[in-house]
Amino acid sequence: MTIFGIPIFPEQASTFAKDVDALYFFILATCALFAVGVSIAAVFFGIRYHKQHDSEIGARIEGSLPLELLWSVIPTIIAMVMFGWGASVFYHLRRPPAEAMHIYAVGKQWMWKFQHLEGQREINELHIPAGRPIKITISSEDVLHSLYFPAFRTKTDAIPGRYTELWFEAQKPGQHHIFCTEYCGTNHSGMIGTVTVLEETQYQAWLQGGGMEGTLAQRGAKLFNDLACSTCHLDTGQGRGPTLKDIVGTTVALQDGSSAVVDEAYLRESILNSQAKIVKGFQPLMPTFQGLISEENLVALIEHVKSLSPNPTTAAPAAMPTPAPAGEKK
Amino acid sequence: MLDKLKIPERHYLNNGHGLASWLLTKDHKRIAIMYLISISVMFFLGGLFAVGIRLELATPQGDFVQADTYNKFFTMHGVIMVFFFLIPSIPAVLGNFLIPPMIGAKDLAFPRINLLSLYIYWIGGVFTLYAMISGGVDTGWTFYTPYSATGSNTNVVPTALGIFIAGFSSILTGLNFIVTIHRMRAPGMTWFRLPLFVWAHYATSLVQVLGTPVIAITIVMLGVERALGFGIFDPGRGGDPVLFQHLFWFYSHPAVYIMILPALGVMSELVSTFTKKTIFGYSFVAFSSLAIAVFGFIVWAHHMFVSGISTYAAMVFSFLSFSVAIPSAVKVFNWTATLYKGAISFETPMLYAYGFMGLFLIGGLTGLFLATLGVDIHLHDTYFVVAHFHYIMVGGAIMGYLGGLHFWWPKMTGRMYSEFFSRIAAILVFVGFNLTFFPQFVVGYLGMPRRYHSYPDEMQVLNVLSSAGASVLGLGYLLPVIYFLWSLKYGQVAGPNPWGASGLEWQTQSPPLTENFLEVPVVEHEPYEYEHIVAKEKHLV
Repeated sequence: MTIFGIPIFPEQASTFAKDVDALYFFILATCALFAVGVSIAAVFFGIRYHKQHDSEIGARIEGSLPLELLWSVIPTIIAMVMFGWGASVFYHLRRPPAEAMHIYAVGKQWMWKFQHLEGQREINELHIPAGRPIKITISSEDVLHSLYFPAFRTKTDAIPGRYTELWFEAQKPGQHHIFCTEYCGTNHSGMIGTVTVLEETQYQAWLQGGGMEGTLAQRGAKLFNDLACSTCHLDTGQGRGPTLKDIVGTTVALQDGSSAVVDEAYLRESILNSQAKIVKGFQPLMPTFQGLISEENLVALIEHVKSLSPNPTTAAPAAMPTPAPAGEKK
Repeated sequence: MLDKLKIPERHYLNNGHGLASWLLTKDHKRIAIMYLISISVMFFLGGLFAVGIRLELATPQGDFVQADTYNKFFTMHGVIMVFFFLIPSIPAVLGNFLIPPMIGAKDLAFPRINLLSLYIYWIGGVFTLYAMISGGVDTGWTFYTPYSATGSNTNVVPTALGIFIAGFSSILTGLNFIVTIHRMRAPGMTWFRLPLFVWAHYATSLVQVLGTPVIAITIVMLGVERALGFGIFDPGRGGDPVLFQHLFWFYSHPAVYIMILPALGVMSELVSTFTKKTIFGYSFVAFSSLAIAVFGFIVWAHHMFVSGISTYAAMVFSFLSFSVAIPSAVKVFNWTATLYKGAISFETPMLYAYGFMGLFLIGGLTGLFLATLGVDIHLHDTYFVVAHFHYIMVGGAIMGYLGGLHFWWPKMTGRMYSEFFSRIAAILVFVGFNLTFFPQFVVGYLGMPRRYHSYPDEMQVLNVLSSAGASVLGLGYLLPVIYFLWSLKYGQVAGPNPWGASGLEWQTQSPPLTENFLEVPVVEHEPYEYEHIVAKEKHLV
């Protein structure tokens, strides 16, 4: 939406942009009603009861309980409507569909790196197909960042040390801003980019272009050998480390008697801080890789491990942004 | 009648001369004046950084200053304005000056601690100014980790230390007010005869005493991490960067109420005085201050909806955040109802009160957008948030402060300022403020992130409007300095009660005696009764 050619309202480019905007306009209308009502009353009283002579004083009115109740209860009800509506839009925003296409994003001072499962890598550019839900798993190489797509009405912080995620479904081809919205140092305002939404066929053509070094999982497989992971984690289950075949989505028993669901957050922790959770029956032999492996290589490794579980036994729950208590994951 | 008025022979300003009589004073009024001068200096320093910010943002390219310089500008603007201007502003100046005479006391409960809190504030200020002069700091006033712990190579520790020290000034002031309000009330001054200004300061003091230690602890943790390499917040060393946000906002959200609650108290005094009417629903207005102070402590995580907190935690905090909206709305409705059948006049303080209502309404209502989860995800960390909190903290708190300063200036100095120029300034501030910050709501919904040194071309027009508004606003803030200083020598003598106000502070001479009252006053009237004030004035004539 523009006035005299100046944009005053962002494009609605995702499926839930109109949901967010509908809620926005509901709140806007409600607030405008209140603001205008109070302002008219204040101005009207100001004129109507303007002081006529120096010693005039106002009528002594102490208050009114019914009125106090009225103007406490009505705003409370309206606030609850806003809360409920807002929570339902938010719930939708935080629950990527199971069939969503998966992309990894890594924030780094001062650029956004995107990795497609098919192997394409981009910096400050993101190509995606229209009409398909897309889930982006976000991590950070250094400080906090926040991945923001104003045209899609969504953002999530990139937090060093863990994965967060967002999802959206772009509706039609076009180009939109990518911003970093969490202050991250000198070039914070330079940490911007463009998301290009393509028709499905164009997207497939785009995926074929450019020099490819194999898929993300294939790169991970190479790293798996280079870092000597393969010497212990044998497919046979006879190695010094547990086998990684068909583990994604399963629940593993741990040395300390507890158990854990194998998801991205679990794999991440097991690589970086290998002593944190020891699978029952194994020795804590694995070195920690904290600080020795980049976020980009880490996601390649995780994708490799995921590729070893072609048919996850139970659908892996979406990587929760926080290490949620075990109860919540079930 | 005014010609006959004379400045009284003996008052707190001429009771002792020379620097030592000020620096060693135990008089709450002199301490308030020293606070007034100190925070005014800080306000203009913070304002200079704002000028730098708005000049840079007049064009989309980052061409006025370097990115690093710009980052230091908005950091120093925030640090100075929040910790060294807004938090002390109304409590340390107006509260300090007025709470004792309002409750019929000679001074605060602990006069020496009051002076100590001023010195602590100065020491904190010196640390922060040192950090600024020796290169500045670029973390943003929020000091988010891990950037502040490991990323930034600017003066994080000296700045944070300055804030740490100044915090104790705030704690001591709050403590002093709480004890004073409990123990020093004059005979007949029951809790429900207290001016609403005092209620608001009581609520503020609770937040200061209970909340400030948390920021002090957080700063110590940050300092230990930065200086000694502890891994509290750095994930590389096993820490949690989001923990910092929880701790920071546990103080800094209630801190918003430290800034706005006293302004709400000022509003009640202004609305009552310039309608010559008691405040509609006195007890609801009084308790809504306490409700805001209490609810303010349980909403902090609404600053973190996109910071990786769980979906359900976000829902709980969204729900709780709406709870603060209700007592704020109750106040606005009660002030509006007070206007009904009043005897309303529009002297300068009342212009500020009307301006406050308008800006606080917009500031408060836009908070609803941000408390609503579905909308906040889009608006978080954009200019919408910048506009929202400036409407509250500048539109609300500074309008309240200026309104209060104009209202009690004749009490503090014994003289009136120019009514003409002060009205012009009030209008300039209101117009300039809206021109500066309203476009930021629009550019925020468009998606412009905060703390951006450069921005996309299509957002320039809205930013130019904002920068233009800021120059009008700047003028509106400079004018009072001139006519206030002018009034000290040339202003008309005000007399004890130029506004015909009902508070106890107006029943003593202007400027007051060092001990405020010649004899301990006995309170025989309900708050905001104007019948006997008018009768007394008629008797004098």
